[in-house]
Amino acid sequence: MSKTYFTEEHEWISVDGDIGTVGITDYAQHALGDIVFAELPSIGAAATKGKEIAVVESVKAASDVYSPVTGEVTGSNSAVADQPGLINESPEENGWFFKIRLSNAADLDGLMDRAAYDAFLKGLE
Amino acid sequence: MSLDPNLLTTPLLALHEELGAKIVPFAGYAMPVQYPMGVLAEHNHTRTNAGLFDVSHMGQVVITGDNRAAALETLVPGDIQALGEGRIRYTMFTNDQGGILDDLMVTNAGDHLFLVVNAACKEQDIAHLKAGLAGKATVTELTDRALLALQGPKAAEVFARLAPASQDMGFMSWKVIDVAGISCFVSRSGYTGEDGFEISVPNDRTEELARKLLAEPEVAAIGLGARDSLRLEAGLCLYGSDLDTTTTPVEANLNWTMSKRRRAEGGFPGAAVVQKQLAEGPTRLRVGIKPVDKAPARGHTVVTDLDGNTIGEITSGGFGPTVNGPVAMGYVPAAFAKQGTAVKLLVRGTPRDANIVAMPFAPHRYCK
Repeated sequence: MSKTYFTEEHEWISVDGDIGTVGITDYAQHALGDIVFAELPSIGAAATKGKEIAVVESVKAASDVYSPVTGEVTGSNSAVADQPGLINESPEENGWFFKIRLSNAADLDGLMDRAAYDAFLKGLE
Repeated sequence: MSLDPNLLTTPLLALHEELGAKIVPFAGYAMPVQYPMGVLAEHNHTRTNAGLFDVSHMGQVVITGDNRAAALETLVPGDIQALGEGRIRYTMFTNDQGGILDDLMVTNAGDHLFLVVNAACKEQDIAHLKAGLAGKATVTELTDRALLALQGPKAAEVFARLAPASQDMGFMSWKVIDVAGISCFVSRSGYTGEDGFEISVPNDRTEELARKLLAEPEVAAIGLGARDSLRLEAGLCLYGSDLDTTTTPVEANLNWTMSKRRRAEGGFPGAAVVQKQLAEGPTRLRVGIKPVDKAPARGHTVVTDLDGNTIGEITSGGFGPTVNGPVAMGYVPAAFAKQGTAVKLLVRGTPRDANIVAMPFAPHRYCK
C-alpha cells in the first residue's frame, strides 16, 4: 500500500516500501504552463533531499525540481522525456519523473500529506 | 500575489483581466504574459489564425520640422531621407561607440515622421531625441494613443472586414484609415514573422476596437510570452537581450538596415566604428544557434568551441513551438559564424551539441 507525500516546492513522492516515485503536482504544472522539456536524473544518480535533481522547462523558463528525499535513483520515466506534455496532462500519475530508493525513511517525516498540502495551497491563494 | 500599484497600465488592463490573463510587470507596465489558452497554443494560434497583441507600452513619437529626415539621420544609421511617404523602416539609435541604444520603426507619415520605440527605452529615447534634434526638429510623444498588433496568416482577411482600406497595403507601408469607424494609424508590419498590422488607436477607443477584433472568429488575445517565442523563431532581435550598447549594427548582423549612402557618408553616432567594421568585418556576429537535442538553451548560456573554450554567449533562446524544438541566437567570433559550424552549449554545466544556422527558424510569411 503506497502513501503519497508533498513538499512545499510542489513535488510529490508516492512511497511503497523503500521505493518512492517522484513527480510534480498539478498545481506546479499549472503554474509552469506548457512543459516542453524535462531533464531527468540517470539511474544510479545520488539524490539529496532538498537539492536539484531534475529540470522542467516551459516555453518561457526553466525550473528546478528538488528531491523530496535522499537516496539512489532507480528509474526514470522515458515517456516524459519523449513527451514532456505528459507532465501537464497527468502530473500525478503518468507524468512521474523518477523512482528513488530511500536512504532514510525519516526524510518523509517533515513532508505533508494530501490534506496538509491542499491546506498549504489554500494559503498561497 | 498582487502587482505593484505603481506599475503603468495600458487602456486594455481591464479587458486582459476579464479574459483571464496572467498579468506581470514588464518595462514598468502591468502586461498580459499569457491568457488561459497558454503560451504554446497562443503561439500556434498566431501561426495559423490571427493573434491580437497589446503593445501599448511601446512609445509612439512624432517628429516635425522641415529638415526632420536629415535631423533624425544624425541619430540613426537608417536612410530616412530616402524613405518614401507612407513607408516604414527599421533602424536603431547608436551611441558614439556604434553601440545600440534602442531599435525602432520609423514611418514617413507625410508631414511628419512617426516613430515606435521600445517601452523600456522610451523615456531615454525621447530625451535623446529632444537633445539630439534641438533646434532642428520638434519631438512629441503621443501619450493619447495605444498600440495593437494583429498578426498571423488570417490577419489580413480579418482586418479587411473592419478596415476595407487596409486591403491594398503592402508590407512595411503605413496609412491613416478607418478601422471599425475609428481613425487609426495602420502599418502593415509586426514582429512575429507573420503578415499583419500594427494599429495606433486613440486610448479612449482602444478597448472598443480590441473587443471588435476579438469578436472575429479567427482572432484570439495573445500575451507577451508567445510574442517572445514568435519573434525568436522569426530571428528578430529583442532589445536588452540581443542588442544593447555593447553591440553594433554590424555585429548584430543588421547591415541590411543601412543603405549604401548612409554607409558611405556616415553622419550618425559611432559611424567611424561602424564603417571600420563594415570595411574590415566585425570580430563577432549575431547568429542563429540550433541545439541538436531537445534541451532549450536560454539567454546567457555559454557557447564554447569543440575543445571547450568559451567563444560567446546565447542572447535569446528557448523552445520554438513552430520548429518543435529549441532555438537560440547569440554572438560568436566571426571565425565561428559560418552556417554549419559545430559548437557546444553549456546547459547547466553540461556541454551539448549545437550548430550555427541561418535565421529565421520559422520562415517569414510577410505579404508581398
